Amino acid sequence: MTALSSPMHSSASPAAPIAPVIEVRGLRTHFTGETGIIRAVDGVDLHVRAGECLGLVGESGCGKTITALSLVRLVSPPGRIAAGEILYDGRDLVKASEADLLALRGDRISMIFQQPKASLNPVIQIGWQVAELFCHHRGMARRAAWLEAVELLKAVGLPAAERKALAYPHELSGGQAQRVMIAMALALKPRLLIADEPTTALDVTVQAQILHLLRGLCRDFGTALILVTHDLGVVAETADRVAVMYAGQIVETADVVPLFAQPAHPYTRGLLHSMPVQGRRRDRLDAIPGSVPPPGLTMAGCRFAPRCSFAFERCHAEPPPLVGLPDGRQARCWLAIPEPTRSRSHSDDVARPGQPD
Amino acid sequence: MAAFILRRLLVTIPVLAGILFATFLIKALIPTDAVLALYSGKVTEQKAEAAIAAIRAKYDLDKPWYEQFASYAVKVAQGDLGESIRTRRPVADEIGFRYVNTMILTGAALLVAVLVGLTTGIASAYWKGSWIDEAAMAVGIMGISMPAFFFGLVLIYFFGVQLKWLPVIGTGDLRSLILPALTLGLIESAPLSRITRSSMLDVLSQDYIKAARAKGLSEAYIVLRHALPNALLSILTIVGLQIGGLLGGAFIIEVVFGWHGIGELAVKAIGWRDFTITQAIILISACTYVSVNLVVDILYAWADPRINHR
Amino acid sequence: MTHQTTPGTLAPAGTVDHRPRRSGLIRILRRLARHRSGRIGGAAVLVIILMAAFGSLLVPYAPLKIDMAHRLLPPGASHWFGTDELGRDLLSRVIFGARYLLLVGVYSTAIAFGGGVLLGLLAVAGGGWTDMLVMRLVDIMLAFPYVLLLLAIIAALGPSLTTAMVAVGIAGIPGYARLVRGEALSVREREYVDAMRVLGAGTLRITLGTILPSILPALVIYTSYVMPLAVLSASALSFLGLGAQPPLPEWGAMLVSSRSFLATAWWVVAAPGMAIFLSILGLNLFGNALRDVLDPKHS
Repeated sequence: MTALSSPMHSSASPAAPIAPVIEVRGLRTHFTGETGIIRAVDGVDLHVRAGECLGLVGESGCGKTITALSLVRLVSPPGRIAAGEILYDGRDLVKASEADLLALRGDRISMIFQQPKASLNPVIQIGWQVAELFCHHRGMARRAAWLEAVELLKAVGLPAAERKALAYPHELSGGQAQRVMIAMALALKPRLLIADEPTTALDVTVQAQILHLLRGLCRDFGTALILVTHDLGVVAETADRVAVMYAGQIVETADVVPLFAQPAHPYTRGLLHSMPVQGRRRDRLDAIPGSVPPPGLTMAGCRFAPRCSFAFERCHAEPPPLVGLPDGRQARCWLAIPEPTRSRSHSDDVARPGQPD
Repeated sequence: MAAFILRRLLVTIPVLAGILFATFLIKALIPTDAVLALYSGKVTEQKAEAAIAAIRAKYDLDKPWYEQFASYAVKVAQGDLGESIRTRRPVADEIGFRYVNTMILTGAALLVAVLVGLTTGIASAYWKGSWIDEAAMAVGIMGISMPAFFFGLVLIYFFGVQLKWLPVIGTGDLRSLILPALTLGLIESAPLSRITRSSMLDVLSQDYIKAARAKGLSEAYIVLRHALPNALLSILTIVGLQIGGLLGGAFIIEVVFGWHGIGELAVKAIGWRDFTITQAIILISACTYVSVNLVVDILYAWADPRINHR
Repeated sequence: MTHQTTPGTLAPAGTVDHRPRRSGLIRILRRLARHRSGRIGGAAVLVIILMAAFGSLLVPYAPLKIDMAHRLLPPGASHWFGTDELGRDLLSRVIFGARYLLLVGVYSTAIAFGGGVLLGLLAVAGGGWTDMLVMRLVDIMLAFPYVLLLLAIIAALGPSLTTAMVAVGIAGIPGYARLVRGEALSVREREYVDAMRVLGAGTLRITLGTILPSILPALVIYTSYVMPLAVLSASALSFLGLGAQPPLPEWGAMLVSSRSFLATAWWVVAAPGMAIFLSILGLNLFGNALRDVLDPKHS
């Protein structure tokens, strides 16, 4: 937890009253399969401001990647956005035309994926893969675009950029490929960058460099960054604010320091416990018994209740709402709700996970 | 790259030797009474014995098989394909211009097959499961079931007889090339379309296509610039093999349309028992096929950046 | 979705099929009957078999009977498919022709299958030089475009229906041989074959008793491609005058003389032509269904 002392957190919190770059309200992304509808994303609200980094955290299958893809409407069939609003620049991207989206993607909103080498086209020189963005979105001539691309590759720290621009993806290391991806994503100084597990496929030694580069460039350009990851270490190092996802829903949001210091949701608490301690790497979630409910399952109460050691009657009967807590935090837990509003609660004598031990 | 080409050339040598031996077998297996039959009308009874002996000597039939093969191999190596039994003219003269005609027909048909096969294959992969895909699938299975000679006759009936748009028979000019090339090309586009569809489907599901979409590139650009080159690499290897289908198909189509190519001549020559002609045509066609595949392999190695060129 | 396949994701319980995959003949036939193209293809194959078996009872006219008074009659009440340039009833000739299709389909495929399996297993069982020799032979045969290979064989054997069948059969051998060798080698790598060898089973017994049965499904699937092609090739050879000879009512051979009358009497070409096309279409549809049923992942 050394990362908590990182200087990055001071800038964005407490949240300044600037309008968010993107604001998501009640997003639902459903997959229609043979067995029925799978609610991969089930009512997600989030927002992120210019220059801010939001960490979207959760286990595999919690819907974080689908949330990310939904933001740029790149969920492929049978998935579709069933409800919600994605407000960008006063426009609802859910209702935007395909032409408008094409103009936004890669230009104002860009993405980075988990497998950098698989995300680069194997038969196109990497220089062109960067340059085509300038041609496509800025109408630049090929020659000028190429020069611009080489400059950019230098900026992301690709060694011998002039020569490497002519290389094909298979000639790059994973870290170099991710630098190229970052160059592509930030080529046009987008307002929002969505990075889906940008360091998961990389060597541990390279991870920190890449995160540092990503965070630094985003701050320089005033680009809002949504960092999708399962790795709380990455979040602690990079994010200003965190949204924790579980089974298609956001269960807690908070600024990074208070979240790590005082998790309000038992799930967040479990995640924190499962982090590797002092170099000893533990299995991701051995602190939380059980596993994520299958996405097709409908549950009466809280989705985390079956795995929650604090669960009581009400948790199994009634889904808790996402309630606002002091300091702009939010949590989806009956125990996190302050006493007066928790009117229908029967048993108050259970330990409060939100309180310091 | 040079080392790769050299290695590939070396592998080709035993295959060429095998082809040479196989074509030699055509002559060796032919019953000699066929030769007798050929000349039966031309010589009298008394002279028959002597004539047969002369013929056998002329075609090396009186020597052991290995000597026959050796002299055949030497002659072929020198570019001497022998002379036609029927016309007594050098085989090279008989088949030279016909070879060019066959190549023209095959090339034109390849063009049709690639254009039609790629377009329909890309379309049915892109709109997988749509009516376009279903229709292409249905047409495709009809295509692989349709005998080329019957399809040729159908096209002749509609475009030549009914509509009178195109000549139904002949060689040489562009107008008489259209129908045979269409017949052969459309038939051969069916398997090509299927291969294109499956390799496009494979490519379109790759991460880099999703990444390209996230870059805001237009769909047409993604399909043609990002997906197609990758799909083409795997299609390329199949196209080489398909040349074999086209070449063989050309032999049949030439008969249907009276196109003066080596196929038409080969079929006649088999009927005439003119084995030197048959032998030569099969030899050069097989060599053409092997060379085309050699070129395709080298092209592939050159086009795929993942293959080490050095 | 591709990013979500890391460990931790659980497949919803109850979706995994644990039923043993038994492939009894009845089961296969039942599934074929439920398959759309299986029904159509199966019906076509059945019609061909019925025409071949009971053709002589069904035909309204003798297929070789020349009737110059009624030549080139268009399709009508007395001659449903019309008559050809010699006044022969086309319906009768088409029905009669089915037996040649069946003959070619069965014999050519049998030659290709038998020869290929023999060569392939010989290569595997023999190993070493035998293997190399067999595979070189296969390579050389495959170096010829298919039609050329047919022509080469017929050039050596002389044109007739029998040689066409033999040629189509021989031309199919290398494909089978290569398949058998590949499949057999991968089967031989499996543990139980090693176990059998330890128990003292001989090469012959392992090859015939264990390897052959386990590669059979692959062979059946391959045959579903080969048989329509064999039938198509044989009819093409007849059309070229290198297979069945007129006046035999073989469909390809029927086109040889009739095609000169295309401009004035389309039905003389349409009747045998459609017969070939529809039969092969039927075989291909049936093959498609068979592949779906035997190997659902394949499609």
